[in-house]
Amino acid sequence: MQTTPLVEMRHIHKRFGGVHAVNDVSIDLYPGEVVGVLGHNGAGKTVLIKTLSGAIPLDEGEILINGEKAEILTPRDARKYGIETIYQTLALADNLDAPANLFLGREIMTPYGTLDDGAMENESRKVIERLNPNFKNIKDPVRNMSGGQRQSIAIARAIYFNAKILIMDEPTAALGPHETAMVAQLIKQLKSEGIGIFLISHDLHDVFDLSDRVSVIKNGRLVGTRRTADVTKDDVLGMIIMGKLPPEKAA
Amino acid sequence: MTNSETRQEKSGNFVSVFFREAEIDTRMLAMLIALLAIWAVLYFLTDGIFLTPRNLYNLAVQSSVVGIMACGMVLIIVAKHIDLSVGSVLGFTGMIIAFLQVRVFTLDASWNWPLTIVCGLAVGALVGLWQGWWVAYRDVPAFVVTLGGLLVFRGAAYLVTDGQTVAPLDPTYQIFGGGIDGSIGALWSWILGGVAIAWMVVSTVRNRARRAKYGFRAKPVWAEAGTLILGVAAIAAFIIVMNSYYKPRTDIPRGIPVPVLILISVVVIMTLVSRITKFGRYVYAIGGNLEAAELSGIDVKKVTLWIFIIMGLLCAVAGVVTTARLNAGANSMGQLEELNVIAAAVIGGTSLNGGIGAVSGAILGAVIMQSLDNGMVLLGMSSAMRQVIIGLVLVVAVWFDVVYNKRKR
Ligand SMILES: Nc1ncnc2c1ncn2[C@@H]1O[C@H](COP(=O)(O)OP(=O)(O)OP(=O)(O)O)[C@@H](O)[C@H]1O
Ligand SMILES: [Mg+2]
Repeated sequence: MQTTPLVEMRHIHKRFGGVHAVNDVSIDLYPGEVVGVLGHNGAGKTVLIKTLSGAIPLDEGEILINGEKAEILTPRDARKYGIETIYQTLALADNLDAPANLFLGREIMTPYGTLDDGAMENESRKVIERLNPNFKNIKDPVRNMSGGQRQSIAIARAIYFNAKILIMDEPTAALGPHETAMVAQLIKQLKSEGIGIFLISHDLHDVFDLSDRVSVIKNGRLVGTRRTADVTKDDVLGMIIMGKLPPEKAA
Repeated sequence: MTNSETRQEKSGNFVSVFFREAEIDTRMLAMLIALLAIWAVLYFLTDGIFLTPRNLYNLAVQSSVVGIMACGMVLIIVAKHIDLSVGSVLGFTGMIIAFLQVRVFTLDASWNWPLTIVCGLAVGALVGLWQGWWVAYRDVPAFVVTLGGLLVFRGAAYLVTDGQTVAPLDPTYQIFGGGIDGSIGALWSWILGGVAIAWMVVSTVRNRARRAKYGFRAKPVWAEAGTLILGVAAIAAFIIVMNSYYKPRTDIPRGIPVPVLILISVVVIMTLVSRITKFGRYVYAIGGNLEAAELSGIDVKKVTLWIFIIMGLLCAVAGVVTTARLNAGANSMGQLEELNVIAAAVIGGTSLNGGIGAVSGAILGAVIMQSLDNGMVLLGMSSAMRQVIIGLVLVVAVWFDVVYNKRKR
């Protein structure tokens, strides 16, 4: 591809005490592309993408957005670059309702500078309805909601603010088949709008279905990146479990 | 678009349907019933003295001091912190005010008392800034910072005048204490009550209109009307009682005491802050899920700092009322008050697990705590005995909170 990548993460390192959670990993992402990030539990996927979303400061390495070096030290910085994240832990405040969570940190205000809860509720209903038409009780505290409903809120929050770069860390782990299909549909639509997506998932089927390339991480190190069309599921399983890289096919 | 939400099934008797449809918090209701029960018991035990206008007037003034600080304590506890120093900070700021008024500034000057109030508030805010900085930017647990503050500011209160009591204060200043001239009379009380009632009606109507605009489900009219009538009755009853207590040897009604007006202003402001500002929303988010708040780009440290600044300011306001009421500054002011304030917040529904609590509830809690204290004084109990009881009430209140939260899950 000739265009500059939307995101380039170069030689990223992150250590927690003695644990080298991310060790010299380089991955990239082009506009309108879905890159699946795969790896065993504890491989370092979440830590890697958290350095991009500003949740974890990186120890070494650099991040380029649209070819320019980006300083991402806080989640606020990441949002400025149009990076939205669906965290594996969902990152919802249990005591607040869905609209409050959806707009947390970016509230809609009235002309008098006060919270416009009516407008936020209205907008929330619209975006959540797109994902989960059966989800009505959005004014309840999130504490009272099902795992799938909570996940819907986290997804809605990531897509509402016109992200350019979307990070999805296990976005469908708690969803039913119908809702999962709707998220797959959504990913395809966002892709066609030119949004770049990092998709982390343990569901190989989903990843093969949706992603253009896959990057596999094992014990904090990048095993390699391959075009999804060039590899079989068994190849990818070999990468995840044994760290065995299949030969790259000529384009 | 109308909401397709199905109405919840309408089982239960009239009363329970009313409370559900009117969206009245069952917990608040339990507290209200507890308060009425306490009043009824104290009424009988004191041969009716407890419910005389004179005693209720005093109770209102006493509750103001605790209530003012409880408003700040709600924010502190909602954000999952605690402030053990509020009693000492009250004492310290109060001593500063009294000291400046009597020993430093010219006593009869008209600018004296306003300036001392400004100074007192500034000192309170600085104390909050200091403690908040340790909590927010140095990650020392609030429990430790304010436990230290409990000693630091009690000691500081002593050091202001080497333990001497400073008196008397400016006569105009005493208005803030709710003494002989510290109330607004019958006419103004009714005017204020009228304004409050009008505001209640208008906000109810506007709220309905707003919900209709977005097509959300509104409460039934009869439930709304019922809530409104209860509110109006409570306001009217309060004013009638305050107007039935006369100035000494006259038949001039006292009306609403100034400290209660201060409390009402603090409650209104703090309710608005917690409900309709970003800051308030962030306080609740921090208490609900600190990590989520940080990931949402909230400047958690700054918000925490401001919570403590507000708490310090409110301690100073309580210091104004206390000194004005005593007509003196004494370094024991506010001793053990932190317990009453924390108990008021917890009794009023603020959860020590963070994330949950309302200013209005804390006021109810403050009135409950002061009713117990006031009643025990009327019954001639020793201060030692009163401490035993208040301590037990605090434990039981937290236990109630634990049980209530388990049930809800
Ligand atoms: N905040 C932290 N402090 C210390 N160690 C951490 C921290 N976060 C992650 N780790 C460690 O870093 C390693 C990688 O964790 P990470 O969460 O990135 O795994 P993952 O690939 O997302 O796994 P999963 O598929 O289970 O979500 C693990 O060994 C984990 O224990
Ligand atoms: Mg993970």
